Amino acid sequence: MNWPAAQNEAIKHLAMKQFSIFIKKEFTHVLRDRKTLLILFGMPVVQILIFGFALTNEVKNARIAILDQANDPASHQLITKIAASKYFETEQAVMNRRQMEDAFKRGSIRLAVIFPANFNNELLHQHNAGIQVIADASDPNNATTLTSYVTAIIQDYLAALNKTGQTPYRISPEIRMLYNPQLKGASNFVPGVMALVLMLVCVMMTAVSIVKEKETGTMEILLVSSFKPLLVIASKAVPYLMLSLVNVASILLLSVFVLDLPVNGNVFLLFAESTLFIITCLTLGIFISVKTSSQQVAMLISLMGMLLPTILFSGFMFPIENMPVALQLISNIIPAKWYYIIVKAIMIKGSGFNAIWKETLILSGITVFLLIVSLKSFKIRLS
Amino acid sequence: MNEPVIKTNKLTKRFGGFIAADEITFTVDQGEIFGFLGANGAGKTTAMRMLCGLSIPSSGQATIAGFDVYKQTEQIKKNIGYMSQKFSLYEDLTILENIRFFGGIYGLSDRQLKTKSEELIDKLGLQNEAKKLVASLPLGWKQKLSFSVAILHEPKIVFLDEPTGGVDPVTRRQFWDLIYNAADNGVTIFVTTHYMDEAEYCNRISIMVDGKIKALDSPANLKASFGVGSMDEVFYELARGAKRSD
Repeated sequence: MNWPAAQNEAIKHLAMKQFSIFIKKEFTHVLRDRKTLLILFGMPVVQILIFGFALTNEVKNARIAILDQANDPASHQLITKIAASKYFETEQAVMNRRQMEDAFKRGSIRLAVIFPANFNNELLHQHNAGIQVIADASDPNNATTLTSYVTAIIQDYLAALNKTGQTPYRISPEIRMLYNPQLKGASNFVPGVMALVLMLVCVMMTAVSIVKEKETGTMEILLVSSFKPLLVIASKAVPYLMLSLVNVASILLLSVFVLDLPVNGNVFLLFAESTLFIITCLTLGIFISVKTSSQQVAMLISLMGMLLPTILFSGFMFPIENMPVALQLISNIIPAKWYYIIVKAIMIKGSGFNAIWKETLILSGITVFLLIVSLKSFKIRLS
Repeated sequence: MNEPVIKTNKLTKRFGGFIAADEITFTVDQGEIFGFLGANGAGKTTAMRMLCGLSIPSSGQATIAGFDVYKQTEQIKKNIGYMSQKFSLYEDLTILENIRFFGGIYGLSDRQLKTKSEELIDKLGLQNEAKKLVASLPLGWKQKLSFSVAILHEPKIVFLDEPTGGVDPVTRRQFWDLIYNAADNGVTIFVTTHYMDEAEYCNRISIMVDGKIKALDSPANLKASFGVGSMDEVFYELARGAKRSD
């Protein structure tokens, strides 16, 4: 008989049993506490309803693309005018339609202006030319603001042109709102609320529930028992991961059935990315719990240190493009920013993984970093 | 003669330049009630954490239930129970849920858990409260329950860190009845306390001053050798020379 192998088996079996007992206990804690339950499941609903307000904001230096099929004097003059505007940063002057669509999906441009082939002729001889303006309306406020800037520039150009002639020249812009033709505000704040709610639930609740065990002394009992310290942490994380996925599902159901905002991309991809973000938040919560020793401090750090930057820097309320460069750089270390971009891409633009792999990679990097740092400090505390 | 269940030899813990426990050497026999006394900051908790496998010693040797504190912390953890000075059960779980949870964590089987929890509830006379939240129990009961949970898995040694803080004398007396009962069943009790009347209940006590053990004997012998009438005076004689306190 292979005795050590049998013993290893028994130890593994015991660890699994302890793990499941612990997870059951965590669920009992959560489900028994009405206040926690209310925060957990009431908050997403309330926030979805509260954030229905549209937020107006001026946009500067928006990246745009210009597709010049005319390539004639009139189109050149107008392009120069657009490029000179402080509102726009011309990303690429010449591209084809295909490239333009890709750029929209990637989110590298917010707006595109398309000149038809015989722009100059139509304008000079027929006194009426068409022009197409396409905007990424997944952020509806942004899109309306940008299109109105473009039409203003066109009107300006016409006014100069009409000074000389007798018959007035006209350019009729055909405006298209991509992804969100009805300019529903919801498309903007649903991904934001998802990031916020997950951040709150995962970071604060994990941190508080671990610190609570330290505060009441039960953590010591657990550490003295044969239960592995790492399992303590894992058992704390698993219930919140599951509850958070329930939250993601409920927000999506609200958005589809109450706000009429469908999920255009792959739902499984959306859940996979959400799981990644939840794990990021859980590690943040664990990190806070390792570094603090009272529930109040843990709660305060979670609220001030995590929630505020999430609101400020995720791009959900305040456009990051308008911030000073220093703040734009800071926004890069906020996990919610990347998650917000990912959710917007999947939900509204219907993008696939190839459009968001970069954001996914950054988010994974942040998670691994946090995980290593918190496990390291957890070990130090035990020695 | 049995091997001692706790054996330390020059056990030391340093935190940087600060020596929290300085060459502690003592033995504790099976079934003994061993009092571990000392003023605040004398190094009691540090020493106890090393013995429980929560803290790695800087130097010296120690074995707990025959297992080495450096290499065999996992085996040590299986053979000890621990009750901290903070009351440490889950207030938002019922008495039964607490017993089942800790029993499960200590590795009891489902059948053992069932009989053990029934036994325990009978012994403490908590039949009517078993399904109530622990938060609703008076402190004295919580502490008795906490102790009973700490010995649920029949450990060889149980470590009690100031178990009776803030409890009235009658409840304290009842608590010590539980301790005697456990010791009679062969469980070794390692207890820290600030109450000198409790020190009198111990078989032997050690008194730590500034990280060192300054006295170690039965209460009667200690009183005789210091020529005083009470443990209070013995403690005062030793502790007033301390440089460390908080």
